[in-house]
Amino acid sequence: MSIAETHRRQSTLDHIVYVLRDNPVTLVAFAMFAVLILAAVFGPSLVPYDPLASDATKALQPPSAAHWFGTDNLGRDVFSRVVVATRLDLLISVAAVALSFLVGSALGAAAGYWGGWLDAGLSRILDTIMAFPLFVLAMGIVAALGNTIENIIYATAIINLPFYARLVRAEVNIRRESGFVLAAKISGNSNLRVLALHIFPNALPPMMVQVSLNLGWAILNAAGLSFIGLGVRPPTAEWGIMVAEGANFIVSGEWWLALFPGAALMLAVFTFNLLGDGLRDIVDPRRRT
Amino acid sequence: MTRARPILMRIAQVIPVVVGVVIISFILTRALPGDPAAYFAGDAADEASIAEVRAKLGLDEPLPIQFLYYVGDLLRGDLGQSLTTGQSVAADLAQRLPASLELTLCALILSCGFAIPLGVLAATRPGSWVDHLCRVLVTAGVSMPTFFTGVVLVYVFYYLAGIAPSPLGRLDFIYLEPERVTGFFLIDSLLAGDFETFFAACRQLILPALTLALFTLAPIARMTRAAMLQSLSSDFIRTARAAGLRRRKVLFGYAFRNAMLPVVTTLGMVFSFTLGANVLVEKVFAWPGIGSYAVEALVASDYAAVQGFVLAMALLFVVLNLVIDLTYTAIDPRIGFGSR
Repeated sequence: MSIAETHRRQSTLDHIVYVLRDNPVTLVAFAMFAVLILAAVFGPSLVPYDPLASDATKALQPPSAAHWFGTDNLGRDVFSRVVVATRLDLLISVAAVALSFLVGSALGAAAGYWGGWLDAGLSRILDTIMAFPLFVLAMGIVAALGNTIENIIYATAIINLPFYARLVRAEVNIRRESGFVLAAKISGNSNLRVLALHIFPNALPPMMVQVSLNLGWAILNAAGLSFIGLGVRPPTAEWGIMVAEGANFIVSGEWWLALFPGAALMLAVFTFNLLGDGLRDIVDPRRRT
Repeated sequence: MTRARPILMRIAQVIPVVVGVVIISFILTRALPGDPAAYFAGDAADEASIAEVRAKLGLDEPLPIQFLYYVGDLLRGDLGQSLTTGQSVAADLAQRLPASLELTLCALILSCGFAIPLGVLAATRPGSWVDHLCRVLVTAGVSMPTFFTGVVLVYVFYYLAGIAPSPLGRLDFIYLEPERVTGFFLIDSLLAGDFETFFAACRQLILPALTLALFTLAPIARMTRAAMLQSLSSDFIRTARAAGLRRRKVLFGYAFRNAMLPVVTTLGMVFSFTLGANVLVEKVFAWPGIGSYAVEALVASDYAAVQGFVLAMALLFVVLNLVIDLTYTAIDPRIGFGSR
């Protein structure tokens, strides 16, 4: 490692430490993110009760020492279900965002680099997707493809696609003619190699911010779809469907059924939004709000 | 006549978008799980009757011909038959649209009435408690799932406080629906001079409208604050202040009018989210609008109704964006559409 590179690493790290010290909220966001990941990975083996085991004698008990978040109408432990649901909710949103990241990057980079009819065609398609109210389009896609969890993922990925494709297209397009790109071409690199290894990495920092902000939105979207009865089916533990089931009991005062999964959902979205804002401060200090 | 040209150009730009929307909605219709002909023929159908239905629906034609049939149906306003209600989808949607519009518009008025003053106050007093309140509301607002906000509001105001009526539809069953003129209960009951029904409808409306308003508050307040901050720090404000204009004149006559442009753009995007959130809020409050119609249709696998709903929403949204862009010219005569 050369001295200059060491110096650069050092200053990047310094910058991150500086931003985190300046903005403790971002630090909290990273901590909450770690908790979410832990719950998703180890949750199912840590929870005190089987999330699917019903017990009619213990139905609708308020929160207590034995059942921290109370029990639902079938006597299932709400705490266990909320924790176990973390994995499924994160899985759906991460898979959807990863899918739109990959496809969006490929399409956007190609359109931004080569331009022409490819660019024009892609822009038309993206404009058309954006012409739909996005949640409504997701409903339509799930209805057309069939009511399964995979299709929820595809639908969420499709409605997120324009954001990534447009971002990458813009980032690639402004660098297409720049000096380092011409230098790389003259050195004998193929177009594909220049695009993938020289230009695309420059788009990654703003993409990371977009991913983080998008994850929160993807969770909300997937939970919303399962709230109206799409995708996830009972008795599977998932935050959206748990709020939907709990909503039937809220009018008779059993608040814990809907409140805890809803709060978990909110916390997850909140974490990703804070994380996105924090990442933006690290990546692009000028756009701080 | 220089103003008319850009307006016509903008209207012409709608055409490719509408064509795209119709194509996507055609693809969604054709992607029905399983064989649509077998589906429409019913469970007891044999091979011959399925083939008959297929010919009747035009499903044995090649896809481009099917697309022409589809466009022809759309032009005649035919979105197909709903299996659950037995009526045509277009009639069902028209019947239920006023309920959704009443809810959405009330929510937007409510949230603009709160978010825009909040954003302006936060921008004029950076670092004050209003600014902090604005920031907290904005961050919390984007993280709140709409359906969860609705459930919490029902619990607090219906179960705990007992102020709100039960969250079941547009009007308590002891009242008669006002005679249908516009389909908006608030307007119809006033037209009929029936204030009791008007207040009853208001009471039913307030919680769902509040839920939607809380959802739309965040982006509007955030945009107003940012736009006002930018506008207040620009040179023409400095000049206006230096020229000794009154504070009120500077703030509203100059800064606010310029800040409204990005806010109006945001309103278009907010409306898109609101149309989606409507579906969730209508489900929570059993509101008989088109959102809950689509949800019922989804549950009953009534695909024609769902696709009709998706198409209607998309067209509504396209028209709305057009209206917003055209209001630009009213707010800001400098805008020309030709350059974009």
